[in-house]
Amino acid sequence: MAKVPVQLTLNGTERAEFIDGGLTLLNALRDRFGDTSPKGGCHQGTCGACSVIVDGDLKLSCLTLAETCNGAHVETTAGLAADGIQHPLQRAFLDGFAAQCGFCTPGMIMAAKALLARVPNPSRDDVVEAISGNICRCTGYEPIIQAILSAARSNSQNAA
Amino acid sequence: MGLTLQSFPAVAEAGAALTAADSRYLGGGTLAVRATNEGDVSFSTLVRVTDPTLGEISVNGSQAHIGASVTMSAITRHPDLAAIAPAARAVGGPAVRNMATVGGNLFAPAPYGDFAVALLALDATVHFSDGTQPIEAFLAIREMLPRGRIVTAVSFTLPPPGTFRFRKVSRVKPKGVSVLTIAAVIGEKDGAISSARIALGCLADRPMRAKAAERALAGKPRTSQGIADALKVSGDGTSPITDAIASGWYRAEVLPVHLKRLLLE
Amino acid sequence: MELRKNYFADERKDDLNEIGHSLQRSDVPNHVTGRTAFFADRTFPNLLHLKMVRSPHHHARIRSIDLSEAERHPGVVRILTSKDVPQNLYTILILIQVGPPDEHVLAEGKVRWKGEAVVAVLADSERAANEAAAKVKVDYEVLPAVFDMLEALKPGAPLVNEHHGQNYYRYDSGASRKVRFGDVEKGFAEADFVLEETYHSSPIEQAPTETTGCIVAPEGNDRFTCYTNTQAMFFTLDNASIILQMPGHKLHMVGGTAGGGFGGKVDVTVEPIAILAARLTGRPVSFIYSREEEMQISSPRAAETITIKDGVMKDGRIVARQVTGYTDAGAYSRHSPYGAQKGAAHYPGPYTIPNVWVDTWCVYTNRTPSSAMRGFGVTIADFALEVQMDKLARLIGMDPLEFRFINAYRDGDMKAHRQPTEGAALIECMQEASIAAGWPVAERFMKMSSKRREA
Repeated sequence: MAKVPVQLTLNGTERAEFIDGGLTLLNALRDRFGDTSPKGGCHQGTCGACSVIVDGDLKLSCLTLAETCNGAHVETTAGLAADGIQHPLQRAFLDGFAAQCGFCTPGMIMAAKALLARVPNPSRDDVVEAISGNICRCTGYEPIIQAILSAARSNSQNAA
Repeated sequence: MGLTLQSFPAVAEAGAALTAADSRYLGGGTLAVRATNEGDVSFSTLVRVTDPTLGEISVNGSQAHIGASVTMSAITRHPDLAAIAPAARAVGGPAVRNMATVGGNLFAPAPYGDFAVALLALDATVHFSDGTQPIEAFLAIREMLPRGRIVTAVSFTLPPPGTFRFRKVSRVKPKGVSVLTIAAVIGEKDGAISSARIALGCLADRPMRAKAAERALAGKPRTSQGIADALKVSGDGTSPITDAIASGWYRAEVLPVHLKRLLLE
Repeated sequence: MELRKNYFADERKDDLNEIGHSLQRSDVPNHVTGRTAFFADRTFPNLLHLKMVRSPHHHARIRSIDLSEAERHPGVVRILTSKDVPQNLYTILILIQVGPPDEHVLAEGKVRWKGEAVVAVLADSERAANEAAAKVKVDYEVLPAVFDMLEALKPGAPLVNEHHGQNYYRYDSGASRKVRFGDVEKGFAEADFVLEETYHSSPIEQAPTETTGCIVAPEGNDRFTCYTNTQAMFFTLDNASIILQMPGHKLHMVGGTAGGGFGGKVDVTVEPIAILAARLTGRPVSFIYSREEEMQISSPRAAETITIKDGVMKDGRIVARQVTGYTDAGAYSRHSPYGAQKGAAHYPGPYTIPNVWVDTWCVYTNRTPSSAMRGFGVTIADFALEVQMDKLARLIGMDPLEFRFINAYRDGDMKAHRQPTEGAALIECMQEASIAAGWPVAERFMKMSSKRREA
């Protein structure tokens, strides 16, 4: 099968790989770029476990073809901690018992990051809407909602 | 056979590529890529258009023109489209809205396609590179378009303030797949309904109009009593879908309930 | 978190170090950084993808299978049928002597539910596996199917599973699990009121976000490493050993990390066939359920039908309870004979009733095999019991919480299945619930204790 070049900036690092035509961004990230933090839970756009940020927008990597991301900046949860320091969202999820099995967590954190980039001080409704495309079967969502609100508060305190 | 993506800068070239029998158009990916992920091997080439004009929104006075590649998110953020933003916001979660396009929504089979329901209520016009078609006629033949004919845009007259109503009913809050979706443009004059155009989602395999209900509303006041006759005939001509979300029977049962709420709110 | 010490204070040594404190889960730091390694978070060169061809019929005889076109499809490496499986007939709980074996790894002669595995296609890519699977031709003779438990138990119903010979599981106690305590007929005769109600539940899918799956890597010398998200590692190892007729030391199971399971990952449905595929091809093999398979194929919580007949006195005492419970196993046993048995052990609920009669049945139908899910055998039983309790309270005009105080079991009471009650604490839980819910009960109930009965 003909290989196709894909060049992108993954979590701040320029990367290039030859991939099979028609490969999803999810499978390209996991199998070719070595980043398994996005998860494949449904491959149909329902569960949100594969959520990543492409050029600032939250996207479902399972429904995005890797070739369409040439030249794009892709962010995943694996790249969130800078120099080993946890991101406020990671800290909040840790402290708030917002992860149980952990499978939805990387997608959930990306959805939250995309929200806080647009709405630094979200209401509870904003948070609920922001994670409405991400399914969690363990927590019942409340700890996740609280963790995101808490991360937003700590962000605004740091900014002040 | 593997899957191949072909990108074209212009609609005409993409149209030519789409004449191949094993090809399919790629919009935001929420339909076509999902299909391949789920094992659909009926096509092996995906064709897309990179022409940036397909991603443009223009509003001139009361006329709105939305390119086929415009995403639901772009509609929700556009200051001149606030009136219809609820319909775009009803589609999926944020990630889906950043991907799902207006063009794709026109082809989404029930229970999907909430925005197309709104467009049907708005009496939109569907644009191709070589002509236009009223949305109602387009929806009836959407699987039978000649190979290579690509939807490039939709246009419609923005509804006067307060006339556009939209309701998506789902079991999961705040977001879930549609049990049913209703969009309506209701004009009123001197305390009576002067014009009514009602579109239903999930009451057939594609968006359809509730024409009997529209007729029954004409000249009536927008009150419980005034809309009673319309509710009685709201299911006329429907053939509601049965799926994992709801049975056809259930959808038929709750249609008048939600139509009533929509009309009286 | 508040740790209340006013109950049972004399029984507790107050030297608890961990209870009452929040502890971080040990796996959470890797969850939030995306480093947790789920079974699929590995890549192997030369990986093969397994796609299962499944029955489109609820019940059918397989006349023939034609693989010729599928085998020629580009990218296809091997296609497996029942003939390739060393010990094709199995049942999970044979490990604890719950037989007979009643299920085929790949269908043999017949399919008994819509979705049953028939043929396994191995190809270089998922796409090629899907394409070839579409070219597998199976000729079926469709048979009458039965979907309702009570229909399945009627004479003349289609026989679902020949390995059982009838449409129910035969326990050593007979056609059902039985509990007999006191004399229910005498109890009903003495009762002021008798109420009989029937409750139904539908199958419930566990729907974990991570679908069932495994990746198997050949390690040389006929040894295999199986990365799996099973919730039942040793069931999987031992059943794989039986099915593959291989000693367990050749099979290295790696797991313990599951993206949710809730009972949906205790059956042994992907590992044996994937190990076999790796063994026969010499290549690593990935077999991961699609979301559709997870929802339609993986075993859900069983449907249940439960009839409860109670005799109750005007003063609130339940004097007789008769329960007949049916658990829909679907086409195969999996864990359902155990689930139905658990139901028998669970009735009559946390209440002391002098006359109890329980029959629970494990019934076979042409539905998706059911299995474990969070408290299976008990959860639906509790739903039925507690709705029944509310109805009984309403029937005699009593507050539903006070009605439960009257009937609550206490330490020392003999339970219907002849286990003395110990450490019940139900009274105390209801007292706290009464306060927390703002649902006051009479003072005499607040003075009750699980430790003793009032004079």
